[in-house]
Parts: sequence; structure tokens; C-alpha cells
Amino acid sequence: MNKKYYGKVVYDLSHPGRRGYSLPQNNLGDGLAQIPSDLLRTEAPRLPEIDEPSLVRHYNNLSTNNFGVDTGFYPLGSCTMKYNPKLNEELCSLPQWQGLHPLQPAETVQGALHAYHALGKALCEIGGMGAFTLNPYAGAHGELTGLMVIRAYHESRGDGKRTKVIVPDSAHGTNPASAAVAGLKVVEVKSLPDGTIDTEALRGLLDDSVAAVMMTNPNTVGIFESSIPEIAEMVHACGALLYYDGANLNPLLGIARPGDMGFDVMHINLHKTFSTPHGGGGPGSGPVGVRKGLEEFLPSPMVAEVEEGPFGATYKVVRPEKSLGRISAWLGNFAVELRALAYILSLGRDGLMLAGPLATLNANYVKESLRHLYKLPIDRVCKHEFVFDGLADKSTGVTTLHVAKRLLDHGFHAPTIYFPLLFHESLMIEPTETESIETLDDFIAAMEEIAREAASDPETVKNAPLETPVRRPDDTAAALEPKVSYFDL
Amino acid sequence: MGHRYFPHTPEDVARMLERCGVKTLEELYADVPAALRLKGEYDLPPQMSEQEVRDYFAALAEQTYPLECFGGAGFYDHYAPSVIAYITSRSEFLTAYTPYQPEISQGTLQYIFEYQTMMTQLTGLDVSNASMYDGTTALAEAMMMAVAAGRKKDRVLVASTLNPFYREVLDTYAHYHGIHIDTIPAKEGATDFDALSGMLDGAKDVAAVIVATPNYHGILEDLTGVADKVHAAKALLIVSSPAVTLGAIKSPGEWGADIAAGEAQSLGMPLNFGGPYLGYMCCTKALMRKLPGRIVGATTDADGQRVFVLTLQAREQHIRRDKATSNICSNQGLMALYAAVYLSTMGAAGLREVNSLSAAGAHYMAEALTATGVFELKYPERPFLNEFLLRYKGKVALSTFVESFAMSGIFAGVQTADDELLVCVTEKRSRRAIDDYVERVKLFARQQGNV
Repeated sequence: MNKKYYGKVVYDLSHPGRRGYSLPQNNLGDGLAQIPSDLLRTEAPRLPEIDEPSLVRHYNNLSTNNFGVDTGFYPLGSCTMKYNPKLNEELCSLPQWQGLHPLQPAETVQGALHAYHALGKALCEIGGMGAFTLNPYAGAHGELTGLMVIRAYHESRGDGKRTKVIVPDSAHGTNPASAAVAGLKVVEVKSLPDGTIDTEALRGLLDDSVAAVMMTNPNTVGIFESSIPEIAEMVHACGALLYYDGANLNPLLGIARPGDMGFDVMHINLHKTFSTPHGGGGPGSGPVGVRKGLEEFLPSPMVAEVEEGPFGATYKVVRPEKSLGRISAWLGNFAVELRALAYILSLGRDGLMLAGPLATLNANYVKESLRHLYKLPIDRVCKHEFVFDGLADKSTGVTTLHVAKRLLDHGFHAPTIYFPLLFHESLMIEPTETESIETLDDFIAAMEEIAREAASDPETVKNAPLETPVRRPDDTAAALEPKVSYFDL
Repeated sequence: MGHRYFPHTPEDVARMLERCGVKTLEELYADVPAALRLKGEYDLPPQMSEQEVRDYFAALAEQTYPLECFGGAGFYDHYAPSVIAYITSRSEFLTAYTPYQPEISQGTLQYIFEYQTMMTQLTGLDVSNASMYDGTTALAEAMMMAVAAGRKKDRVLVASTLNPFYREVLDTYAHYHGIHIDTIPAKEGATDFDALSGMLDGAKDVAAVIVATPNYHGILEDLTGVADKVHAAKALLIVSSPAVTLGAIKSPGEWGADIAAGEAQSLGMPLNFGGPYLGYMCCTKALMRKLPGRIVGATTDADGQRVFVLTLQAREQHIRRDKATSNICSNQGLMALYAAVYLSTMGAAGLREVNSLSAAGAHYMAEALTATGVFELKYPERPFLNEFLLRYKGKVALSTFVESFAMSGIFAGVQTADDELLVCVTEKRSRRAIDDYVERVKLFARQQGNV
């Protein structure tokens, strides 16, 4: 990453009369002349005017002030920032996919439907589920879709009383937010001091007003909820369904399947567990799986295998009667789905069996290497991630925020900070399986150095970052007087 | 053991296990009850080499036929300049996450800021968020935002001329979110705003009115006076247009809309069989703190430089949890970069030209198809931009017509009813391709004895 700040936005480079486009002419005149002028814009939008070489240089310069997985170690907890294979980028960009209109006749899109179907089938095997929809666009969208499936199920049974969702206090923020969007009331259940769900407290909350219990396992402190069979039993006994937030699925690859644990509905983040790039915040993909018996409620459209003919199966797009309805324009973020399919094929069953254990090994290795310097509030074998509650020595006044910012100076992305909310100084670290021992050792050395520096020279740590392209921004000023467009500046 | 994506050698694993105080990887999972453990291996093929995966995809691609595209209906085949694919594939952009650490994420933050600026320009509104999943969900979020802003109001009026896919998504969200939707009828393919007046008259529970232009029939809605009516009923006006059309047609802001939300795939993104696309959402300053999703703002850093950050986060799920304005966590970051690069490349002049060329091709084609006698315009009196609805007068089924065109490598359009075809022309369709289409219609009619 370039430590020099580039700092320009494209409008800074705009110059009247420059152009970056060329279009074929059809010699049919100005089409807009055919339209009543009171339906047309009176004023042109203020867009940049820029030539192509300047434009390319601008965006290249912007990119050099950005940190991605390809730049360096990105131990952002609960985000599973693993390597994004280059083969997948190539294979999702074939012209046969890019030029494909969703509403073309089904005979002309069989390869695309086959890919969708194949990925769904693989996810069923990995999740232990009966059916998958790939239509949800992201993890949070998957949660919402899953909760809609659950409501559709209860509605189909004429069970209208179930208006609550129980969510652990350690849950990802999207869980309660998705429940609210799905029209459900959120009830929090406290965690025990070891970070696991308080099963007795949960039991006390379960009654016929509960639609679902949402959990992630391993939970957000990286601990496997061993009492999950008992939880599943009591949730089902009260007539509710158990929802699996798949954000933390990665360590279970090769180990256990949510379906076998008793979960009824789950989502998977393809941009986490299945290596698709995060793209600076998207596009993601949040397929939703359901156990057998719930598939008819999945959103439409769905892809159905029609027949196994002499030339293989054929597929069609269908809209089942009991479907909860449409939640996306078409079949989801198709190009993201293709990447995940390529990843699953590349890893195969043997590679997938290894991914989970190596992710867990990497997390435990970092945890054990730093526990003498950072406060480990839950001292157990973790899974893919773990949480430190800040520095062990709190006397210096150096906080988790300072540690995170100082890590940037060492050339690492920061862990997730101040989440989960169970601890005041959460520092949530998820290394993923694609990092080498050398990278982890470098990170450990940086964390050790920061802990030493916090004691010897706390002011330097508190002023970090010092060597990044820009320094700490003034967030308060940004929110107080929002400047959200170039013309606000 | 091993895979090219995993750096671990057996020696590495041994050293790491020792640090963890265990002897095997297995021991790291001692807390997973045996009954829950995966029995054996997944029922999936073993790992494939790069070449084998390529071959697998090549075989799929062979059963997939992109066609000369005269279909639209919410998915548009506009020209994407080559710089877009180049810039968006830079891995500093591609492999980054949401810019939580602004000091090392200025690249992402700056292009989102650019994108926000450009979208406010296109929509004529004050504020844009950092983008949403797609047009359908952006419109659903706009509906929920309006209902939240309207406090106790839970009714939304939606034009019947809205794309049915969008309507279905609105219906789904409304059903689960406790919103009631009523449909505004249409007259001659355009929204009947006199009927809207009646629906708003005395209504106290209407939070928003949703209208699309161009509408599902390709018709440009005349929204003169609509915002006044809607505001008089203390409701919000939400207008949805394919983003590229806003380079030419009157913007939601000019019509007096409070929120603009829709699909921006038309700004340089490939069709890609439906995704990933880009939802946009803009609103007036008055509604800014109700806007869902991420927002990037400018500020200064400790050295006084102009820098960019995620801002107004008090609205969002990670802070507010179940009180958040939306459950959306991500945006479509990379797709916002597509749009920013596209709009920078085209500029206002290029964007106008895209619309002018598309409209010219569409009007030329509509006339030529009408002249064949096989089709007529369903709503001949209504103005359209680059998409138009035809009534089919042929004897054999329209689906046969569409299939025969597909066999010739042409996507004839989207069949919206037994005898209705929605045809779209973009600047990518040359005059020759249009003439070829028309000739084939004539040939088809002769062969089928249609004329």
C-alpha cells in the first residue's frame, strides 16, 4: 500500500470539454427529440468530464491507498477474510455469463441454471439441509429471508401467535435488525460468563409466542455451543424453529453440519466461508438452506431439475405455490455464486475437510501466542476466532482502539473491535486458514511490540496510526455537519 | 494432505499444535459432541486441478447462449467501457471489506463518495447512500423508510405500472413488515393520477406513493402536479427509474420526489444473468437520518487533510440493533465502483448520447415493426424512451415467435402476456441489427402465413 495520500476525488480532475467515452452512431437522429420536452431534464447532471488516461490513473491511485486481502493479513473477526482465488474471477467473468439476460428462453440458459442447481446441491451437503435458495444478496438479506421462511411456515399452520425471536446478547447486530424488518419482536437471552448461551434462561423464555431462536455456532466469541442438541430439543418442543446464522460456519467445514445439530433454517455467507471477494462491502451472497419439509416456503423464483434426458438434466425456473414470494429480482448475485461453485470444486471434499481445522488451528495459535499480553476473558479452545478484552495491563490507558490503529502502522488490517458487546474492550481476531505460520508470527510480533510500546511509550500508541496514508479522521465533525456529496464541500 | 490455497506443511502444523498444547487437529474439536460430528467425508467430488475446474465451467458455458438482446424489463444491455472491468478487478478494491478502518481504506471511501455525488446529481436529490443490493430491494427499503418516517402510517400506494418483479418484492416485504399496499390504477398504460387524487382524498394513513418512470410498459409517466397531491396528504413520493435514463429524463428531484430508489445496473454492469447489480437510494436532506445503509462523508484527519469516513452510523444495525433503520449491513461496494467509473467515463454528454441513441433506435424499430403488420404499439399515444410494448397480431403463438428468434441468436423481447411483447433497444443495437430483426419478423410472418 502506498503510504502517500493521493486524496483527489474524480471531480477534482474534471475539465470542461474532456471526454472519456466513444459510442457507435446509428444515424437515426437525436432520439430525445421524439419525446415531449417537459418529460426531459432541463439541466444536465454535474458529472465529471475527464479523458481516459487521466481516469485510469485516478482510480489506480485511489486503489493504492486501499488495503485488501491481497495487500496483507486481514484478521477481521466474524468476516472470514480468506484468500480470494484468482481462478474464480476468471471463471465468473466468461462472456457466456456476462451477456446473459435473465428472461431469455430457458433453453438458452441451461448452463447457468445448472451452475445454480449444482451450487445449491453442494451447499445442502455441506449444511446438512434439504434445499437451498441462492437468491438472497447478502448475509443480512439471508437472515431476513430465513425469518420470512419461518413466518411462512407458522402461518401455513394457522399459528399466528408467534411474534417473537430470541437472540443471544452476543449475536451479530444484523440478527435483531433482520428480525425487526421481518416484523418480529426481539427478545435477548443473556450469555453465561464463558460466552455460551444460558440454556436455563432460554428455557424460561420459550413459549408459544416464540417463532424462532437465532444462533450462530461457534458463537461470536469463537466457542462451540456444545449444548446445541439440548437447545434444539427445547426449541422444537415449544413449536419454534431454530435458525443458524452462517457467518461463523468456516471452522465447521469438515467437522459438523448445522442440519445435523438440529437447525431448521440457515444462511451461508458465500463471501466468508466460500472465498468470494468482499468487494469493499459487496456484492455478497447469502444463500438460505432449510431442512426437508420447509423447501416449499423458499422464495421464488427457484430452479427445478426437470428430467434426466439423454443429454443430462434440464432445468427450469419455477414459482412454487406456497413460496413466501420474491425477495430479489432474479436468482441472486449469480456471478458471486459462480465463484463459490469454483471454490467448492477446487477444494473438493478433501480440501473442504481441511479448511475448518486449519482455520481453527490458526486462531488457537495466535490466541496461545498472545495470551500473556492481552486479556483472554474466555480461556478455552476456540474455533475460527477468539476475543481478547484489550491489553492485560490496563494501567497505561491504551485501549483496544489504540491497539487496532497501531496495527495499521505495522502493515496489518485491524481485528474487529468493540464487538461482541459482552466485553468492554473486545478485540476479535479471525486469521482464516489461508494464512501461513510466518504471517501469523509477524502479526504476533507486532501485537507483542504494541503491548511493550503501550508500557514504554503509551502516547505514541494513542496517537496511532502514524504511518498510514491519512491520520485519524474526525468522526464527530463528519456526523455533526454531514458532507456527503462533492457539492457539499 | 494439502491444497494450493493452504500454506500449511505438516511441520508447520506440528509446531502450531505444540504451541496450542494439543497433539492433533482433532483435539481442537473435543468440545463438539461425537453425535454431531460429520460421518466420513462430504458426498462431493475430490479436489480438482485448475484445468479441471476450467473444463467444468467451459462445459457449462457451452450450454449457455447470450443472445443479441432486445429484452429489458428491468435488466438492460448497455455498453460497458473497457476501463470498468480493468479498474474494478484491481484487487486493492476487490479484496477489501467494508471500510471500517478509514486510514487504510481511502480508496473505497473516495469512490463511494464519488458515487454518492453522481447519484445525487442523477436523481436531483440531496443525499445518496453508499448503495444497496439491487433495484427491487432498494425500492422495498424506500417503502419501509417512508413508513418509518410516517410514524403511525402503514399504507403505501403503488402504481400498477410498476415492474411486476418489483411489485412482488414490495409485496413480500410489506406482508412481513405489516405494511398495506393499495394499487393505483392505470389508464392507457400510464398511471391514472386522477384516481390517485381520489385515493389520497381524506386518507390519513398513507405513508408513501410509489411510481416508476419509464414504467413497466416503457412509458414515460407525466408526474406534473403529483408531488403536490402526495405532499398535501402528508405522504412521501418515491420515484423509481433505471439509473441510466436519468441522464435524459426529468429527475425524481425535478418532479418533487422525496426518495428515489431503483436499479443502477444500467450504469456499466453486465447482465450477468441477474446479478450482481446495484440498488441506488437518494433522498432529501430532511430525510437523511432515516436513510438506510452506509453513508460516506468528508471530514479532516489529525493532520488537517480532507479525508473520508463512514458517517451517521447511529442509524445502523451494528449500533442500533433491532431499532436500526434497516438490517442492511453491506452495500454493493464494488458495483458502486462500476457506476462511478461508468459515469466518470461517460460524463453528462455521454450519458445523454446513450439515451439519445437508444431512443432513436427504439422509435425507429417501433415504427418498422408496426409497418410489418405483425405488431402494433399497445399504447400508441404514450411517449416512451427506449422500451415499448407491442401487441402481437400473428396467428401462431407469440412464444413460438420468441423461441424461433432465440434459435437465430436473438432475444426478441420479454413476453408479458399471450399477445404482448416488451421490446428494448439500447445503444448496443446497431441499425443493422434492428433491420435484421424486422426482416426476420417479415420472413416469420410469410412462413407462418400470418399476413
